[in-house]
Amino acid sequence: MESKKQGVSRRDFMKTTGIATGTLIGGGIIGGLVGYNVNKTPGKKETTVDKHQGQNHELNVGLQFFKTTASFNVLSQATERILPEDELGPGAIGLGVPYFIDNQLAGAYGMNAKEYMQGPFEDGAVTQGYQSRLTRAEIFEQGIAKLEEEAQSRYQKGFVELEPAQMDEILTAFQKGEVPMMAVSSLFFFKLLRQATLEGAYCDPIYNGNKNMEGWKMKGFPGHQYSYTKEIENKKFVKYDPQSISSMTHS
Amino acid sequence: MATTLDKVDVVTVGVGWTGGIVASECAKSGLKVRGLERGASRGTEDFSMAHDEFRYAIRYELFQNLSRETVTFRNHRKMNALPMRMMGSFLLGEGLGGAGTHWNGQNWRFLPYDFEIKSITDKKYGANKLGKDYLLQDWGITYDELEPYFTKFEYIAGISGEDTNPFWGKRSEPFPTPPMKKTPILEKFESATSNLGYHPFMLPSANLSEAYTNPDGSTIAACQYCGFCERFGCEYGAKSSAELTVVPTALKTGNYDIRFHSNVVEVLKQGNKVTGVRFFDTITGEEFIQPAEVVVMTSYVMNNAKLLMVSNIGEQYDPDTGRGTLGKNYCYQILPGATGFFEEQYNTFMGAGALGMTIDDFNGDSFDHSNLDFIHGASLSLTQTGVRPIAFNPVPPETPAWGEEFKKASIHYFTRTLSIGGQGASMPHKENFMSLDSTYKDAYGVPLLQLTYNFTDQDRALHKYLSERSAEIVKEMGAEIIAPANPLTDYDIVPYQTTHNTGGTVMGNDPAISVVNNWLQHWDAENLFVVGAGNFAHNGGYNPTGTVGALAYRCAEGIINYSKTGGSLV
Repeated sequence: MESKKQGVSRRDFMKTTGIATGTLIGGGIIGGLVGYNVNKTPGKKETTVDKHQGQNHELNVGLQFFKTTASFNVLSQATERILPEDELGPGAIGLGVPYFIDNQLAGAYGMNAKEYMQGPFEDGAVTQGYQSRLTRAEIFEQGIAKLEEEAQSRYQKGFVELEPAQMDEILTAFQKGEVPMMAVSSLFFFKLLRQATLEGAYCDPIYNGNKNMEGWKMKGFPGHQYSYTKEIENKKFVKYDPQSISSMTHS
Repeated sequence: MATTLDKVDVVTVGVGWTGGIVASECAKSGLKVRGLERGASRGTEDFSMAHDEFRYAIRYELFQNLSRETVTFRNHRKMNALPMRMMGSFLLGEGLGGAGTHWNGQNWRFLPYDFEIKSITDKKYGANKLGKDYLLQDWGITYDELEPYFTKFEYIAGISGEDTNPFWGKRSEPFPTPPMKKTPILEKFESATSNLGYHPFMLPSANLSEAYTNPDGSTIAACQYCGFCERFGCEYGAKSSAELTVVPTALKTGNYDIRFHSNVVEVLKQGNKVTGVRFFDTITGEEFIQPAEVVVMTSYVMNNAKLLMVSNIGEQYDPDTGRGTLGKNYCYQILPGATGFFEEQYNTFMGAGALGMTIDDFNGDSFDHSNLDFIHGASLSLTQTGVRPIAFNPVPPETPAWGEEFKKASIHYFTRTLSIGGQGASMPHKENFMSLDSTYKDAYGVPLLQLTYNFTDQDRALHKYLSERSAEIVKEMGAEIIAPANPLTDYDIVPYQTTHNTGGTVMGNDPAISVVNNWLQHWDAENLFVVGAGNFAHNGGYNPTGTVGALAYRCAEGIINYSKTGGSLV
């Protein structure tokens, strides 16, 4: 299973998505693909996550927030380390998490539309929570740039070129709040990144994550089911084919 | 310039359970009632596609937009209070039905002990059991006096349950509907707690076990155990709520209307009476005055207190002098518990918000506290509310929070984790209170409510003791790995804990220590009533809604009586 996923080539990607969506192929996706190829390190396939994962995606999925594939690729690899592919199933990239996060950052979530953003701003105590003047979109932009900077300063390489253990080391430094960031802590950025990764892995597929409901299948979560009245007293574990809420609007 | 509307008999600020109950009873009695609700109308038809964890539970579809209004918070007076910029520890509601739309439906009556907690504690354990910093006080009403109102609320809501708990107060009537289905998970709890000599019973539920038509003629459907209750609205109309019951009852009379998108910013007072409220239409921005014979504060705990503060009604509590009553006795809910990681797989994703079993062996004063450094306790329950994959990633202690090991463990244990959770009582402390913030303002330029709150020694001791008992139950259930709740440290407003905030507008029989009398009538303005969990002089060992519902029926009766006689009701 793993080798099959790692073997997804650019040609396979073109073939699959081309058939599915005909003429809808857009520049953003091709650009993303090219970006992945440029950053690919041959000979590291056994230990690194394949950079093509997640590119085998429906072509109505694309970048709404990130302007360069380079920064999108950093995000992708960081999420993959948080939720890596393993024998249980796909990781963050395979589940479409990077696209999910990109799309969320372009909207109300990224703009903090429902958060109180009036000043004055003070750091406050940990128990007082988020006190940054920055929106989530601004925090992600800065955080992704810092991941790249940290990779360059520690290893003189781009983040996506690092070994998984090196990526983990950098992410751990973020998690410990050790990486200086402006107007926000690296710990807060890491928390956002981790939470957004879980959201993208396990949300309803209508949000462009949890691709093919693979996240739900791994976890044994049936998604939207109308009723469990008939099974609620069942002593055995019941397996369901998961169902998206989109099944209510598409026949 | 504000436009003044025609006077009504009764205006309610907010239309959830309390606003709906007051409206239904007053409108039935012939009073003209208007509800001002700052959110939109909504109902069962809006929830047909609500099985969407991300939209409803994670992105807070049904809750208050904090960009317009939030609260500020500090742990103690020496800290600068700062805004709660993102939703966290508790979920402020908005829209028709309020928090009663997205509740789980766990419906309790506080214990007889709760209403007379100070007298009972002093008598049994001496006057200095907790020390002078704890503002323990009786509620000015007894369980027996409230019993008819509990019954009334339970029959309106159709509560499903069984009267087999030896520790709770006497019930004049059986539950209107039988308990929910007993699942294999609940049976596990039942046999473990029975083995330990405790007294398990089915948790009283507002997710109904069968279709039910209430005395007002509203029908509530049977629960489908779909696993989407808390933070969601029910697409079956099977979770009892104001919009399913009391609101249609009130509308049917022809004496009631609701004005939506109406955000009240001030209660208007002249002399010892209020004259009405001032509000903004949130869509047009227009300002209105709604004159009324009686004003009823029926919004959430925090907003009820805030509006009294900005309107200068009552005396703000001052922790230095102990003077003032408005804002005092703010309490939360202490949440002891233990998590068990099991070998077998369970249908943990099936469930209902109030599907559970409980023991009260360590609640209230059902156990002796002579040799313990705390009073009260918690109901301990195993609830099968339906786990969902974004929020629920259980891993045994010492597991990393991300990466390969996290992924494997969180997937493995998604269907193999069962927790005992306590709704722990919270005792009032002189340093825990609500006041007005002097820096931050809401979208209408009104100061935000300021919360000064931290856990106290009483809370930490209660939490530790009850978490140990919970761990013993989890062990008896046969868990592979047992993880008691982490010890309480400082209150942190970031992680979600519970929307069981109480106090600030407490009830009592002495105006020196309470804001309203036991009819929920304001001591300083006879035609102003304030009702909700803000009336709780402390928070008990249960979810609050059942007691809030009873107080609202009590309040409605008080308003009807007041409308006939005028003057103080006590």
